[in-house]
Amino acid sequence: MSDQTSMISARGLRKSFVQRSRKGPGIEFEAVRGIDVDVRRGVAFGFLGPNGAGKSSTMRMICCVSPVSGGELRIFGLDPATHGPEIRSRIGVCPQEDTLDNELNVWENLYVYGRYFGLPRDVVRDRIDELLDFVQLTEKAQAKVDDLSGGMKRRLTIARSLINKPEILILDEPTTGLDPQARHVIWDRLFRLKQQGVTLVLTTHYMDEAEQLADRLVVMDKGVIVAEGSPRELIEQYSTREVAEIRFGVGENEALAPKVEDLAERVEVLPDRLLLYTDDGERALQDVLGRGLRPETTLVRRATLEDVFLRLTGRSLAD
Amino acid sequence: MATPMPLSGALRLVDYWAIVYKRTWKGGVITSFVTPFFYILAMGVLLGDFVTADPAQLDGAPSYLAFIAPGMVAVQAMTIAISETTYPVMGMVKWQRIYYSMIASPLSVGEIVLAQLGFVLVRVLFSCGVFLAVLAPFGVFESVGGTLAALPVQLLIGLAFATPVFAFAAGLDNESAFALIFRLGMIPLTLFSGTFFPIGNLGPVLEAVARVTPLWQGVDLTRMLVLGDVDWVWAAVHVVYLAALAAVGWWLTVRRLTRRLVK
Repeated sequence: MSDQTSMISARGLRKSFVQRSRKGPGIEFEAVRGIDVDVRRGVAFGFLGPNGAGKSSTMRMICCVSPVSGGELRIFGLDPATHGPEIRSRIGVCPQEDTLDNELNVWENLYVYGRYFGLPRDVVRDRIDELLDFVQLTEKAQAKVDDLSGGMKRRLTIARSLINKPEILILDEPTTGLDPQARHVIWDRLFRLKQQGVTLVLTTHYMDEAEQLADRLVVMDKGVIVAEGSPRELIEQYSTREVAEIRFGVGENEALAPKVEDLAERVEVLPDRLLLYTDDGERALQDVLGRGLRPETTLVRRATLEDVFLRLTGRSLAD
Repeated sequence: MATPMPLSGALRLVDYWAIVYKRTWKGGVITSFVTPFFYILAMGVLLGDFVTADPAQLDGAPSYLAFIAPGMVAVQAMTIAISETTYPVMGMVKWQRIYYSMIASPLSVGEIVLAQLGFVLVRVLFSCGVFLAVLAPFGVFESVGGTLAALPVQLLIGLAFATPVFAFAAGLDNESAFALIFRLGMIPLTLFSGTFFPIGNLGPVLEAVARVTPLWQGVDLTRMLVLGDVDWVWAAVHVVYLAALAAVGWWLTVRRLTRRLVK
């Protein structure tokens, strides 16, 4: 579905902020420290990383609401510094924090937003009907935003971001704070958009979300990209096929790690459990039990992006 | 597509502000009309009954009521301008973050500011227009043409207050400083800017202070017009002063709001 047209290209992209203090000079803080990114048309591209990795700063630069501090950024081949309004007219933005007008109803929120783009009033009205249907909020058209659930608000924000029929849809943490059912509804809608050929760019700190939605992703940590590829490639490259998780009593995990170290390709010690990376998890588990060790709980699972992240950064995504 | 002209961009926001106005105009009628009407009744009519000053001492007004009526109209323009650029601005920056949804579209900060000031001016226009129309039958205005000309002057007064206050509000972290604007700005200005008594009564030092306040500039201009006794040099000074304040405030607003939103 993707072609070779470059939708977003970044070379050595940087973002730094000066944190002003009342006394003395400001302290410079680098949120993005030189990243290269290429997003092709039709792809669902994910930025995976923990909070503070620089994902949102990158998104804000792509949305042309944050000046680039260094390096080069092109969206549709255009420079955000000189073509901000044109770029923004062709992208849709679903921000991390809802920016809906609580005092307007659902329909009005969509209507005024469509007008911001200069769309004719009758065009906006037609699109609202389609979009409310798409995000399953037709019945709520006259409801106050305040009365909507978190998942409905997020669906409304997604509908709003689609009002200008964007070529790129940017989603910053689209399902953070939603319950599992609401998350699946959102994923389903985003998947449909992807099938319609919309280029999706999303940030997330949920590995399952990245696995569900992203064709390609970059793993970010502390302002840099530490790995890039498809979810499957990344797992193959940075992890074994399976993981055996074993949990000993409180405080015992670290002490017992050396006793199982040779049973897997790699062992990660987490505060509450040990992760044994191996292609045969059941076998590793049998070996652990064979040594007379008695973990309180055990689990064998397939490796995920969480394991990739742990491998790359030594930390889990939730940190 | 070229960058849209500021005006065409601002016009795209008309729908937003029309919906806001539709939702709030009823409440606005109470606050923007009833309050000044009470002032006129209490101070102009009931208290004014005791004031029997020579018109020469009242800047040429035939009665105390005729003296304070134009002052109250100008105060009204100021009050609306300030109230529309304090809490509403903070709400759009911080509480509901509406500005962030606006700048995600092709709109620029200048266009957003222009549209919002347009909305403030519509509020001033309706409110002061109704106020002038209600006062007129009481015979407090001497000049019909001057009274009609006083209406656009209220827009200028509104703008001269709206833009600097907007600029101030755009950069604030929280709303606590608004209390200062109201208590140390709006109330003293209302009391001491030639609204209830001629500023000559203040003594030479305070009179000089009063003369440089934007509200006195607006009050004096409005009074000259409605009394039909215009000193054109002073009128020109007032207009230039208010226009300059509005222009500086505009520049500051766009600059501060840009810093706040685009970083």
